[in-house]
Amino acid sequence: MRMRRSVFAYPYVVWMAVFILTPMLLILYYAFSNDSGATLENIVQAASWDNLRVLADSVRFALYTTLLCLLLGFPVAYLLSQMKKTTAGLLSVFFIVPMWMNFLLRTYAWKVLLSAFTKILYTESAVLLGMVYNFLPFMILPIYTTLIKLDKSYIEAAADLGANPTKTFLKVILPLSMPGIISGITMVFIPSTTTFAISQLLGGGKTMLYGDLIYMKFITEQSWNTGSALSIILLAFVLVSMAFMKKAERKTSDEGGGRLW
Amino acid sequence: MKDKHLIELIDVSKLYGGDVALSHVDLYVKDGEFLTLLGPSGCGKTTMLRLIAGFIMPDEGRIEMGGVDIANTPPYLRQVNTVFQKYALFPHLNVAENIAFGLKLRNVDKTIIKEKVENMLELVNLKGYGSRYIEQLSGGQQQRVAIARALVNEPKVLLLDEPLGALDLKLRKEMQVELKNMQQRLGITFIYVTHDQEEALTMSDTIVVLKDGVIQQIGTPTDIYNEPKNPFVADFIGESNIIPGIMLQDLKVRMNGVVYDCVDKGFGKNTEVDVVVRPEDIDIVPAEGARVIGKAVSVVFMGVHYEVDIDCGGYEWVIQTTDYVERGQVVGISIPPDAIHIMKKTQQTNLFDAVAYPDDGEVEILDHRFACKGLEAFESKDDVLVAIAPVDVQLIPPEGGQLTGVVRACMFLGTHYEVTIGCGEEDWIAYSAEYMESGEEIGIFVPAEKIAVSANEAN
Repeated sequence: MRMRRSVFAYPYVVWMAVFILTPMLLILYYAFSNDSGATLENIVQAASWDNLRVLADSVRFALYTTLLCLLLGFPVAYLLSQMKKTTAGLLSVFFIVPMWMNFLLRTYAWKVLLSAFTKILYTESAVLLGMVYNFLPFMILPIYTTLIKLDKSYIEAAADLGANPTKTFLKVILPLSMPGIISGITMVFIPSTTTFAISQLLGGGKTMLYGDLIYMKFITEQSWNTGSALSIILLAFVLVSMAFMKKAERKTSDEGGGRLW
Repeated sequence: MKDKHLIELIDVSKLYGGDVALSHVDLYVKDGEFLTLLGPSGCGKTTMLRLIAGFIMPDEGRIEMGGVDIANTPPYLRQVNTVFQKYALFPHLNVAENIAFGLKLRNVDKTIIKEKVENMLELVNLKGYGSRYIEQLSGGQQQRVAIARALVNEPKVLLLDEPLGALDLKLRKEMQVELKNMQQRLGITFIYVTHDQEEALTMSDTIVVLKDGVIQQIGTPTDIYNEPKNPFVADFIGESNIIPGIMLQDLKVRMNGVVYDCVDKGFGKNTEVDVVVRPEDIDIVPAEGARVIGKAVSVVFMGVHYEVDIDCGGYEWVIQTTDYVERGQVVGISIPPDAIHIMKKTQQTNLFDAVAYPDDGEVEILDHRFACKGLEAFESKDDVLVAIAPVDVQLIPPEGGQLTGVVRACMFLGTHYEVTIGCGEEDWIAYSAEYMESGEEIGIFVPAEKIAVSANEAN
């Protein structure tokens, strides 16, 4: 019996089935049922105004985080792309090395720093700070990748046709770096909506984000049904967001820049 | 009006690190002419174009347009537009938006923009392509959009950086004619960069031949082709036979032991010269009764003609003829007087500053010691001038040489090759029986008695 090459995919298929498919099916099961059988009550409860307000809060945080990451990340990516490869490589170490450290460790570190040197611990600002810190590299990297692939002759052509540096930036560099920007936004916004540890550690429980809500339902209240229903709603939201991102991505052609995924 | 100097480069030099890209270049461009910068890779032609465009600044010298020094003016303020080698069309804009780019920046009225863009599309034969995107166009179409995008701004000067390089031969030839017609119709000054000498000869009013950052010759295509000023130009433009000869007197020159009538004068009596004869000007005649006979050692069919190499007593003539000659056949050759072009012999000897060390019997040239005779008249550490004839420079493997260098150029002079060897800052000229590859490392040895020493008057 000859071995087909697809045999090598089997381990992953098994892994996917056990750790991805099965949990999803379980969540669906719990979301649409309770002790008395199949029901939509969980969904209705999950979609209560209180819960939706939390979702709105999470989205608000995610939007602020994404905006801040964009405002901070783009200039950094741009400056890095203008440097010599060696200098840029050296500097980017400062961004990459923290990423290698555990996410919780970094957040704990901020907790210590904030309480020692400032008074903003356990406020919304602290949560925002933690989120921007953790997600900033995900914004910088795709933009940087796009910018370094930008053909310098476009910039020369723009200058040759009469564009001063500002106009060149607005009319040529910015549009051509869109694929990278969209990549960055996707990689920051969606994880931001689902985060929960940051708000617990740096927000002191005063800020309740959607991730915290789900955690609370499952662990504290032991109501798996509601928790699952909340998860379904979140999943729906994420899928819709992704659809919008993909559409925006397709509209910008990917000439002159690379995407991360 | 046609003779107005639109652009002038005055004593312009440009260096990249230690490498000289352009060296003390003087050039003027006439209003309304088609001027071509021609030369091999690395000769400085693109550097010159970019200096005029404003993407780089000169290290020395002035660049004037209409009498005003624009060397420090940024490109977006200069009245020149560039057609780039790789077109550099904006991928996020369609054809019409690309062409309108320069106009929009100047806040031109929308209806006027639309009109101008339409006219341009028609001019470059791309009517109706306005809404297409760049990735949907072929190479030739992209190239025409690039030209339209530059021309629509009605610049005083259009700069073209090897724009036809990426096109196939047939399309290239068509575009050459189109571009020339366009230039003549619009009356705009074109500055064109290419390494293709045929292209230059076809399209230009004036050709500037460059080598290693130095202008070799400026002239009309006919001038450059028929009266090349030095062996490099003669060799680069068209095929040629370059032979050392002796100008016996006006209208008479001796090459390879045979005296020919020629049409040049003013070189004096018994002067050493370089002679250029174009392959298509030499006639093949029956061997009986011919003054010069030889054997055909190679016959290659080139489509339009045969390229025949005839060995006449050690010297190989390259001849282009439509008559078939058989390999090994003995034939005669005939060179009519007006086919012989005489060039002044370039200063091709080795002349260096050196330091004398009479006690050691050596001179120091470029930090290297050479054994030398005839130093009695000098004192230790005197500054002297040494002259070494190229024929006396021996080329040996690098390990055994008094000095090592790298081959920079190798030119066939009929019976031998003239090799230029770069040794640090100075170049040595030597002769070699065989072809030498650029970049090859070679050692130099000069016998002690062949170094001619004289006092250095400069001090």
